[in-house]
Amino acid sequence: MNKAESYQLPGVVRTPSRFKNPIGKYRLHRSSACTACGKCVELCPYEVHVVRRGKVFIENHHLCVGNDCPDPCHKACPEGALTLRRNPNFDGLGDARWPADLLASTWHMAEFGKVPEKGLEYKLGASGGGFDKLRIVFKKKVKAVAEIPDDEFDLGVVLNRRNDNAHRVRIKVPFYGGGMSYGSVSITTMLSRIKAAVALGTFCCTGEGGYPDELKPYDDHVITQVATGLFGVREETIQRVKIVEFKYAQGAKPGLGGHLLGDKVTPGVARMREAVVGYPLFSPFPFHSVYSVEDHKKHVDWIKAMNPKALVSVKVSTPTDVDMVAVGSYYAGAHIIHLDGSYGGTGAAPDIAKKNIAMPLEYALPKVHQFLTEEGVRDKLTVIASGGIRNPHDVAKAIALGADGICTGTADLVALECIRCHKCESGRGCARGIATTDAELMELIRMEWGTQRIVNMFLAWRTELIRILRKLGMTSLKELVGRTDCLTHIDYIKKMPKVS
Amino acid sequence: MPSKYVIHVQEVSHRFEPVSKSGIIAWEEGCLRCAVCVKTKCVYGVYENRGLHAKQMIDSIDNQCMNCLRCVQSCPAQLIHKSVNPEFKAMGDSHWTPNIIANLWMQAKTGKIPVSGAGYPGPFSGPGFDSMWTDMSEIVRPTRDGIHGREYISTAIDLGETPEYLILSEDGSLEENGTTLVDIPLPIILRMPPFGSIAPSTVSGWALAARKLGSLFSAPLNVMDGIKPELAPSLMPECSAEDDDIERIPAGARLVEIPWSEDWKSKVSVIRKKDPSLLISVRVPMAEGMEERSVSLAKEGISVIHLEGSMSGLFLDDKARYVKEGIRSVHLKLVEAKIRDTMTLLASGGISLAEHVAKAILCGVDGVFVDFPALIALECRMCRRCTEGLSCPVEIEKAPSGWVAARVVNLVGAWHNQLLELMGAMGIRDARRLRGEVGRAMFFEDLDEKTFGSMGDVEEGCELE
Repeated sequence: MNKAESYQLPGVVRTPSRFKNPIGKYRLHRSSACTACGKCVELCPYEVHVVRRGKVFIENHHLCVGNDCPDPCHKACPEGALTLRRNPNFDGLGDARWPADLLASTWHMAEFGKVPEKGLEYKLGASGGGFDKLRIVFKKKVKAVAEIPDDEFDLGVVLNRRNDNAHRVRIKVPFYGGGMSYGSVSITTMLSRIKAAVALGTFCCTGEGGYPDELKPYDDHVITQVATGLFGVREETIQRVKIVEFKYAQGAKPGLGGHLLGDKVTPGVARMREAVVGYPLFSPFPFHSVYSVEDHKKHVDWIKAMNPKALVSVKVSTPTDVDMVAVGSYYAGAHIIHLDGSYGGTGAAPDIAKKNIAMPLEYALPKVHQFLTEEGVRDKLTVIASGGIRNPHDVAKAIALGADGICTGTADLVALECIRCHKCESGRGCARGIATTDAELMELIRMEWGTQRIVNMFLAWRTELIRILRKLGMTSLKELVGRTDCLTHIDYIKKMPKVS
Repeated sequence: MPSKYVIHVQEVSHRFEPVSKSGIIAWEEGCLRCAVCVKTKCVYGVYENRGLHAKQMIDSIDNQCMNCLRCVQSCPAQLIHKSVNPEFKAMGDSHWTPNIIANLWMQAKTGKIPVSGAGYPGPFSGPGFDSMWTDMSEIVRPTRDGIHGREYISTAIDLGETPEYLILSEDGSLEENGTTLVDIPLPIILRMPPFGSIAPSTVSGWALAARKLGSLFSAPLNVMDGIKPELAPSLMPECSAEDDDIERIPAGARLVEIPWSEDWKSKVSVIRKKDPSLLISVRVPMAEGMEERSVSLAKEGISVIHLEGSMSGLFLDDKARYVKEGIRSVHLKLVEAKIRDTMTLLASGGISLAEHVAKAILCGVDGVFVDFPALIALECRMCRRCTEGLSCPVEIEKAPSGWVAARVVNLVGAWHNQLLELMGAMGIRDARRLRGEVGRAMFFEDLDEKTFGSMGDVEEGCELE
């Protein structure tokens, strides 16, 4: 093992919510009949109850697993002083993609670094299709890997599979941070994500809003984005990094440009993007210099001329001919084809675009994987999927459908306690201090807190992926790539006849 | 090139506070009287700006709250909670959902397209038009930038018999071929919904909106009496089966509609006798036999056919079949009969979102009728009290025609921009080229089983997760 490989995974540090009242699924109510006998404190394995100065308080409603509790306090209370109800605030949270359970389980992972044991559905959303109807199939007889320690499981992904002159980059975990630009999120959010990426041995993308100086210490873990607006793109920023990402399209608004409202163009943002304070910024669609694969090659060649060692990633959306786009990108010299599905996206986008334009990621992945395989170039190109990867099960499913690794965005923000109110753009920006450049709102997040929350979440994902691999009888995530036989879709499931 | 079609929108206030999605519940009892109360820290200032709406007797706080939950999560005594408003959840039905209604209100107020942050929150796919996705182009073929104005995207369509070729006279000038065409600058015709608390001022407002949009307003002849004569070119009167109503067709109208019946020919001949230049549309129920009826109508020279579906986007005689399928089926039959290019196919029924316009056209119509959205633009809550003779909670009948027109123009303006977004992404520059262009669409029924169908084999005893 060479020196670069001998890196230490960061540890989990419990990092609770930054709010006084974290939101959980259940609420316990303690009536005045309580005699502070301490029975509930003794019973509860989740530290929901605490004793202070001879009295018992419910301090951690959000850790209560409700009816999943093996020994529920409210049934055991000798005085009948405890009642269990669902938290009404919880029922107003979430949506089909990110139901309240998925939000709360992500908060749990960000706090504890492990998946919730009970009480929350952390594996599936409620969208009624795609990932939410796919299931991982664990066969009865698999290679025995139970004895192998966690450390020996290989979750890494090689990003340069062309074996050309460019950097031989290999990330230690099967994910990196998707582009979220300076301006659309706060510098604290941006730095929290980057620092988490450094700790986890992976990368994080700048988005198209320029390359703030604060990121310089982490150059080796930064992916800089070249998008149609070319905001903040300079020769110097291209030369600074190991990976350059061309953003042809993004899943949240495929076929449309970007739009940063004037309110968000603060002096800092304007300087970064070389624009005027208070004026909205448009990032057009498409690159008006690219109307063919040959034009695209010219773009890739520019980057290679400026930074010959740079890896080139091509981020595209998922049109009908996404397979052709992927092959074209390969022939133009790209190292990574990054497919961005439409459930992701963090900034504002027209609802009509998010819902309707381009096909779901779950259709695009196998299509691209198969076509690249048929063309004989699958092992020369790294396929990255993004746009709605919410949890470790989505990661495993995306990889089984044909991706090598995935990219996250929304999940990182949920780890920072985004509640998906969808109001990223209103007024002063995100009221929870995540997607804002408002000085006062930004103060709501401390960088150490943010970094650790994201690290914790990804450590939970990592542990869960190892558990999944173990049950599949695999020791490396590479073995799972394109293995659609490890998946089933509940609408098409048919029981195989018993082999006698 | 024709001058660019722009719909001028301008914010037009609600007359009533809309039903909000969620409500704040704040108790006073147990308040610790903190030095700095979380309520004063609200980012949106809703606790300071709240007030009692005098007419409706509601607290305005719920309409201002942006659901950030900061107060809920920060109150030391946990006295503040958010709950889903049952009145909101109860609005409309499974087709006209509360979210669709609320979004239509917003568009009618602002004229802006619905925009939100944080990704798509909805289901994977759904029934009817929700089982379709539209295509986009990147790298290997060009898109069109319609929104920011660099490229012109035309949404205009022609109603009537399109000539297959032009006849030029010896000097090169165009010879009249005797056919009538009505051009409208966008593939949307307003239509009076079958119910609603509708007054003459409402009808006049819709007609005025049609004129401002350059489009048409379709309504039964008997409600058109109060409309100003100068708006007649923007009207599309719906005649009944009786013969005597033909006399009431407003002078200046260019297009009339009759319902399909066994003896439609006699009705057509009566109208043609009165005014040979009038374009005639025949309304065919979306039901069993519509394909044959449409083909025979087109072959007999009826150049505009209107397929009428139910208000929930379904067939009139089969609640398991969607307007989407009906359009595709009729369109393909007309293509097979080699007459599709010379006539106009329109559809109505359940068009409730801007995307439905583009998707209906992709499935094969030239344009669509928009009915209930023109009522919801006027704050209709789809409560249907009016169908029981009860009063309208938002007094639509009292709305002045100018307000009605402005709200509807805003809504259609927002829809037009959304249509441009979809067409631009598809790389389509002309709505006429979008018709039946299923190559620029993706269908659940084609993709889902193809992708996942082969993943159904699961050995006995496997564990699924």
